[in-house]
Amino acid sequence: MLAILDYKAGNQTSVRRALDNLGIPCAITADPEALRAAAGVIFPGVGAAGQAMEELTSTGLDAVLRDIVRSGKPMLGICVGCQILLDYSAENDTQALGIVPGECAMFNRALTEEDGQPIRVPHMGWNSVKLVKECVLFDGIDPSAEFYFVHSYYPVPSPEFVLGTTFYGMEFCSLHGRPGLWAVQFHPEKSGRPGLKLLSNFAAYCGEVSNAQ
Amino acid sequence: MLSKRVIPCLDVRDGKLTKGVKFLGNVDIGDPVETAQAYYEQGADEIVFYDITASSEGRGIMLKVVEKVASRIFIPFSVGGGISTVDDMRAVLLAGAEKVSVNSAAVKTPDIISQGAAAFGSQCVVVGMDVLRVGVSEQIPSGYEIVIHGGRKKMGLDAIEWAKTVEALGAGELCVNSIDADGTKEGYELNLTRLISEAVSIPVIASGGAGSPRHMLDALTEGKASAALIASIVHYGEYTVSQLKDYLHGEGVKTRMVW
Repeated sequence: MLAILDYKAGNQTSVRRALDNLGIPCAITADPEALRAAAGVIFPGVGAAGQAMEELTSTGLDAVLRDIVRSGKPMLGICVGCQILLDYSAENDTQALGIVPGECAMFNRALTEEDGQPIRVPHMGWNSVKLVKECVLFDGIDPSAEFYFVHSYYPVPSPEFVLGTTFYGMEFCSLHGRPGLWAVQFHPEKSGRPGLKLLSNFAAYCGEVSNAQ
Repeated sequence: MLSKRVIPCLDVRDGKLTKGVKFLGNVDIGDPVETAQAYYEQGADEIVFYDITASSEGRGIMLKVVEKVASRIFIPFSVGGGISTVDDMRAVLLAGAEKVSVNSAAVKTPDIISQGAAAFGSQCVVVGMDVLRVGVSEQIPSGYEIVIHGGRKKMGLDAIEWAKTVEALGAGELCVNSIDADGTKEGYELNLTRLISEAVSIPVIASGGAGSPRHMLDALTEGKASAALIASIVHYGEYTVSQLKDYLHGEGVKTRMVW
């Protein structure tokens, strides 16, 4: 069973629908016990970093998340969930979870795309992810696959955590973490088959870790 | 680099797929859920549903359609048509849509854009603009005027100014529909598309007039659009979405080719 963290993040239902389609048992929950009992936790997110952190701290879920990561339980952060795993976000000047060292910055509108056109912010649409380190989440995914992005801020984790990058006026980190703790800036639940494959790879990893214990 | 998007648009009336020419004479042509799934399988990058149902009863049917679509396709989709309050937006988003599109309501009550953006984020709020070519005048310096009610009512608003206004209010994307080109299959209104793309820094979807793959290429290059909306060209089986994407890819447009 995977737990999808419920903190009024907006896209938890989309994530659940994608897992349902894959036949992966899951529950949307904010219950610390259910989160601790799950084989893995998906930390979704749409919207603003400030509001997301406020919801997490006011419910005490920030501490629960830190605990879960410390216990070695697999976790996957998505979009805002990817950003606020870091120490700080420039969005709403937000002190974030501090689980992964780094911060989150805003795209500079003065940047230009490869065709010379100025970038449009938010970065919205399909883009590719170039792996800079091996990542089991991408097993079986075509390297030229694209994923759906919607964001105005991008993660800048400490370099050793950068697993994959995307080009949008500049090279930015779109996949960070380490084995068992991953964060993706894009939305796998809205990225067609490659996105569904990533989610099933995460579920498979959680299953293995859970069986080994 | 971002890929240019190919977006089939499904007009839905009372839960059925329909297609009209110049907003007149709509005929039922199929099931929206099945059709959306077929386009998803063919590599559509996003799907737009436009609810042309007039009754409130029909609106409930639309929400059911949205729920079914959300459990079967895993790409973003938006819903527009008759959205006039933040509660309407919420209902559509909760049913599983990524984005909502406001059109007439935004013209009548521009605050709905900022309210929607504050409640759900700019990325959720698409502003649809129906635009009619008119003579250049002091009031309409670009010669393009905003119209509502399917093109029947002129609003005395210059389309370029309106595009800048809605961007400032928090719209995340614009869908620019040329009433003159809509349903003609003679090509998008390229001049209009380019003028608006250059006037704003949010993504612009070109809409109205797609009759050939070449038209899409023109909108995405010369028109500087981020995405091309298509309807008849795929609804009647003339092309599949994947054929259109193959063509764009072959012409050097960055296109998502793995799905």
